[in-house]
Amino acid sequence: MSNLHSLTHFWPELILTITVLAAIISDLIYRREESFKVAWWVLGGLVLTLFAIQIGGSTVSDLFMGTIALDPFSEFFKVLVLISTIAVVLMSFNSNELKDYRMGEYYSVLAIMAIGLFLMASAIDVLMVYLALEVVSIMSFFLAGYLKKNPHSNEASLKYVIYGAFSSGIMLYGLSILFGLTGTTKFIGMQTAIANLGPDSNLALILSAVFILAGFGYKISAVPFHFWTPDVYEGSPTTITAYLSVAPKAAGFAMMIRFFNQVFGDSTALVSETWSTINGIPWPQLMGVLAAVTMTVGNMVAIQQDSVKRMLAYSSIAHAGYMMMALPLMSEAGVYGIMIYLLMYLFMNLGAFFVVIYVQGKFGGEDFDNFDGLGWKMPFVGVVMTLFMFSLTGLPPTAGFIGKFYLFAAVIKAGTQYYWLAIVGALNSVVSLYYYIRVVKHMFLKGERSESVEMPASSLVTILLLAMALPTFILGWYFAPVVTWISESLVIFQGM
Amino acid sequence: MDNLNSYLFVSAVLFSLGLFGVITRRNGVAVLMGVELILNAANVNFLAFARFGGMNMAGHVYALFVIVLAAAEAAVALAIIINIFNNFKTINVDDVSELRQ
Repeated sequence: MSNLHSLTHFWPELILTITVLAAIISDLIYRREESFKVAWWVLGGLVLTLFAIQIGGSTVSDLFMGTIALDPFSEFFKVLVLISTIAVVLMSFNSNELKDYRMGEYYSVLAIMAIGLFLMASAIDVLMVYLALEVVSIMSFFLAGYLKKNPHSNEASLKYVIYGAFSSGIMLYGLSILFGLTGTTKFIGMQTAIANLGPDSNLALILSAVFILAGFGYKISAVPFHFWTPDVYEGSPTTITAYLSVAPKAAGFAMMIRFFNQVFGDSTALVSETWSTINGIPWPQLMGVLAAVTMTVGNMVAIQQDSVKRMLAYSSIAHAGYMMMALPLMSEAGVYGIMIYLLMYLFMNLGAFFVVIYVQGKFGGEDFDNFDGLGWKMPFVGVVMTLFMFSLTGLPPTAGFIGKFYLFAAVIKAGTQYYWLAIVGALNSVVSLYYYIRVVKHMFLKGERSESVEMPASSLVTILLLAMALPTFILGWYFAPVVTWISESLVIFQGM
Repeated sequence: MDNLNSYLFVSAVLFSLGLFGVITRRNGVAVLMGVELILNAANVNFLAFARFGGMNMAGHVYALFVIVLAAAEAAVALAIIINIFNNFKTINVDDVSELRQ
């Protein structure tokens, strides 16, 4: 589609851009103590964007001369990004850590990050892939270090910027080799070009694939590119940790699915299971091993943590591992499983982090000890947190169970050569039960039972926790509409 | 110096130097310089492929975008390093480790 014509289908991004401008200008007008009001502008823009996506309908086309795809697949991820951004903006009102800072830039940058995530979910040109990845990365460096006076936050942003810049640099080098091999920057053109390459370009192709994998792996924090995750997640403001653990991960998976299906799959990708184009290297097995290592490392280290925030950071690595199980399948069921899991993961993980934010504000820490007796003192928060923990483990009847069910079903359906992966995944879920239940133990079995019962002082916190807990619970047994919506969203732009 | 291979060789050397710099340097600014070398190695690749591969302007446009993004990234990274210096009085990345390992 030509550039001018594309603009008529680009409303969500355009509205977000205007939102960012409005937020920056309004930030200049507000005084320091009322700078949080910028959030209302951002919220308004995000809600408008949500409507714009709904009105947009489900055309399948390419925009801006084949650099951006417009399809239900990207719309699903855009909705995911918007839900998490709205929830994080609302939760930021109640964050104790952010109280001492001017908040205008914080909200504006969150909105910019949403634009970057939109582009990540819909990029079909390597230039756009790199551009979107960098927009998201640079904004995350900024947000991770938002607590200027807090050394932990500084350290988090330094580690993030070094790992982030390094991995995206490596990825760019890989992309440049791929560009040289194929002579095009469009995913679909690359696919045909790679299919026509002779065997003597195999080495260069493998090299570039490994380099590109480093960039994607960093974004979804897969082992062995995960070293930044725990430190960054622990040092960042907890609202940002919650956001980083959900939205960029979802967009990263979207980008990875698109890239590997379209560039390294054959023309029947999503139907066949072949990665036929790179001969000599067993790609599916390699990705399977990466997935198994990722979840095992995440779970094994999560057990040893004393801080709930850091435990959740490692557990988010493990969850990335579960989702990566479905990547080597290259089947529609696999992508379907990843999408369902991401939606369920959004509610339960954001909810768990919101409880951590609340506990941190109330008791001044995020260690397991700070949760002692919480279930008796504040039954509402205790019960909600228990629900999130059960759901993250994958116990029925919670959303996490349904997510894991579809994911494992896809892996098992793919054939006997993947059974070992499903077994490793199941064993890992059992391991994760230990540290998730530990939170519940601290809330209900440790500390003294208080006689009085408290609710969160702010009704916004109550509403937000409910907004995360209800889907986590309801989607555990009534998931038909959501699953139908996702299966309708499973339309990936495959070229005109 | 008028064939593709010599340019690719230069870019591979640049890339390796950048990689080496990132891994061995402990000074935050020097690590960033290593990253810049990696980005420039990719740029050399893009331009060389565009020039010798008989491709259209895509490679040139790509290089321009990378230059702009590298500048943006460097701006944010340097701001973060200034902030680190204010709080830690050092920019040695090994000394900046208060978070649990």
